[in-house]
Amino acid sequence: MIAGEAEVLLEVMDLSMHFAARDGASGRVRGLVRAVDGISFTVGRGEALGLVGESGCGKSTTARSLLRLLEPTGGRVVFDGVDVLSMDARALRAFRGRAQIVFQDPFGSLNPRLTAGGMLEEVLQVHHLAGEATGRRRRAVELLELVGLRAEHAGRYPHEFSGGQRQRLGIARALSVEPEFIVLDEPVSALDVSVQAQILNLLSDLKADLGLAYLFIAHDLAVVEHLCDRVAVMYLGKIVEIGPAERLYRAPRHPYTKALLSAVPSLDRKSEPGYERTMLTGDPPSPMSPPSGCVFHPRCSHPKKDEECRRDMPDLEECGEGCFVACIKERSRLGGGA
Amino acid sequence: MDIVTRTRADEALLEVSELRTYLHTRTGTARAVDGVSLRVERGESLGLVGESGCGKTMTALSVMALVPSPPGEILPGSSIRFEGEELVGAAEARLRRMRGNEVSMIFQEPMTSLNPVHRVGSQVVEALQLHRGLRGREAAAVAVELLAEVRLPDPEVRFGEYPHQLSGGMRQRVMIAMALSCEPRLLIADEPTTALDVTTQAQILGLLSDLRQRRGMAVLLISHDLGVVAEFCDRVAVMYAGQIVEEGSAQEVFHHPRHPYTQGLLASLPGRRSRGTRLAVIPGVAPSPNLWPHGCRFHPRCAFVMDRCAEQAPDLLPIAGSERTARCWLESPETAAAREDTRA
Ligand SMILES: Nc1ncnc2c1ncn2[C@@H]1O[C@H](COP(=O)(O)OP(=O)(O)OP(=O)(O)O)[C@@H](O)[C@H]1O
Ligand SMILES: Nc1ncnc2c1ncn2[C@@H]1O[C@H](COP(=O)(O)OP(=O)(O)OP(=O)(O)O)[C@@H](O)[C@H]1O
Ligand SMILES: [Mg+2]
Ligand SMILES: [Mg+2]
Repeated sequence: MIAGEAEVLLEVMDLSMHFAARDGASGRVRGLVRAVDGISFTVGRGEALGLVGESGCGKSTTARSLLRLLEPTGGRVVFDGVDVLSMDARALRAFRGRAQIVFQDPFGSLNPRLTAGGMLEEVLQVHHLAGEATGRRRRAVELLELVGLRAEHAGRYPHEFSGGQRQRLGIARALSVEPEFIVLDEPVSALDVSVQAQILNLLSDLKADLGLAYLFIAHDLAVVEHLCDRVAVMYLGKIVEIGPAERLYRAPRHPYTKALLSAVPSLDRKSEPGYERTMLTGDPPSPMSPPSGCVFHPRCSHPKKDEECRRDMPDLEECGEGCFVACIKERSRLGGGA
Repeated sequence: MDIVTRTRADEALLEVSELRTYLHTRTGTARAVDGVSLRVERGESLGLVGESGCGKTMTALSVMALVPSPPGEILPGSSIRFEGEELVGAAEARLRRMRGNEVSMIFQEPMTSLNPVHRVGSQVVEALQLHRGLRGREAAAVAVELLAEVRLPDPEVRFGEYPHQLSGGMRQRVMIAMALSCEPRLLIADEPTTALDVTTQAQILGLLSDLRQRRGMAVLLISHDLGVVAEFCDRVAVMYAGQIVEEGSAQEVFHHPRHPYTQGLLASLPGRRSRGTRLAVIPGVAPSPNLWPHGCRFHPRCAFVMDRCAEQAPDLLPIAGSERTARCWLESPETAAAREDTRA
């Protein structure tokens, strides 16, 4: 369920990551932050699954816990038939050679004491790739050029790069181990659209030629629409809608997805007659005390919103064309023959 | 003399002219910013867009007098005037006052400017103490208000957390709160909303628009998101290889780009129509600031290159019949005339 057509490479089942929120002064636990709260999805071989949603809804936490950079508090993760959460240190190392991540914050994730070339060569060495020292050096330059940087950049330290150049170093590092699966957390947010296009073309090529699979986290919905086969929309630790990208963009069903799509800034919106942005009203939600029932109900503008939404937590249910939506009102619409 | 008495009505709030910021590195001198001139009026918003690595952040850091030195150097002949007062070469005490009270900056990567070992709240409080002289409970209360204003959920709880406990977009909003804490007259925002979803982004941009109207705050917005710039900015300047290559009203520049670089940029935008196809890219790679191409810096990648382009560097040329400029020989009177001839 909630899968695409490709052979499944990664399966995430009921994944949860709850953090203890401590009181500033006393250090006492005063609640739980339900950063990720029981989400399930799959990523097929050669497939790109987009993950979008409100800032703070748990996307990066999902990424980190499924790669076990954080130990999730619940659920299961299966990669190529093997249970990731019960891997021992050795199995985990092998897993890291097949599943990589590009971090959201490029500066924080690069070792300040290593040059760009030195960093890539080190990764190649750890994973026994590209032969001896000269081979590694050549491969490091190749990788830099692949992401639109130049050979001369090999000798530079992270602080000597611009924001977008640093972001591309993170991508080069992830590609260096020749993985089968990459989590890309906002990988192109610091790139101008032409360099961004170059990186997106590169990702498409690797996907088509080598069958690379991606979990692609981004706030730029046009980028997600361009690259991804399927898209999952998250809100407050839960997936509220998931389905084929084409369908989800054409006919969004969840009120949150609709609000999101209507807020995309564009070159022409200012001049579009009659264009109305559905602004989300109400306070941003708290993962420490999520609302009862449907987590979106306090900000929902669905015409049929009622008591039921405040009471019942909706599950993801099929709503046609391979799409799943967690909204009681949309589900009943399907039942009513819509 | 008081600055206010020197301020004249026709003076721009910020006027940068012929700014050259070079970086002297182990491998030579990088001419990162190489002759940038721009004006920001009171209450105006100017967008600054351009290729990754073309010098946008360095331009902003130069205005803030925060270019790391070494390796950085602002060359003689560069001028940065704020309300008519020259800031290049000004005393450090004056610059500190400027940064605290008149101009503030939202940095591109939040983690580089948030202190990882201090709680979020105490960092906002510190900014308030420094810039507005608030103390104790009052400072804490204003800090929580600011955090709520930038739409941070549970502001009282977040107040006591460390940066690593926040999501990327939450950190970005903390930075925005800190930058707004001094009620600046000019806000320099370097990619302020890259970690925000589009609905939160719309709210933050709404907040900034509101401050522009209420307080006359001007904004220099650096962004790769052309949609954001089109919606938020009055004017836009396009940068390439350390220089401004095109400038004009955001609507005109985005709907009728004149410089081939701007045209290439707009052609690369992804979206519905591009699904399943390859995106257009500007051919070639970005040139090195250690060795800018001779003549027009864009000519090795330009589809319209002429002999002259490789030899002679064009100035920012006015575009007939508009308030716009473009650094391209296609805009020279002779070329324009020749174009008319071939058409006739
Ligand atoms: N180490 C941590 N300790 C406590 N809380 C955390 C920690 N890491 C994340 N959180 C909380 O988990 C929630 C989800 O954060 P996450 O970084 O996954 O969001 P996100 O969807 O990636 O947001 P953004 O789009 O802003 O990057 C937030 O409320 C955040 O404060
Ligand atoms: N400390 C440094 N030493 C040497 N070169 C540097 C240093 N900092 C930046 N550079 C170089 O200066 C140039 C301009 O950098 P800047 O950060 O201004 O780019 P930018 O336009 O902000 O790019 P982006 O959109 O990627 O953030 C880049 O080519 C960069 O590699
Ligand atoms: Mg994140
Ligand atoms: Mg920058």
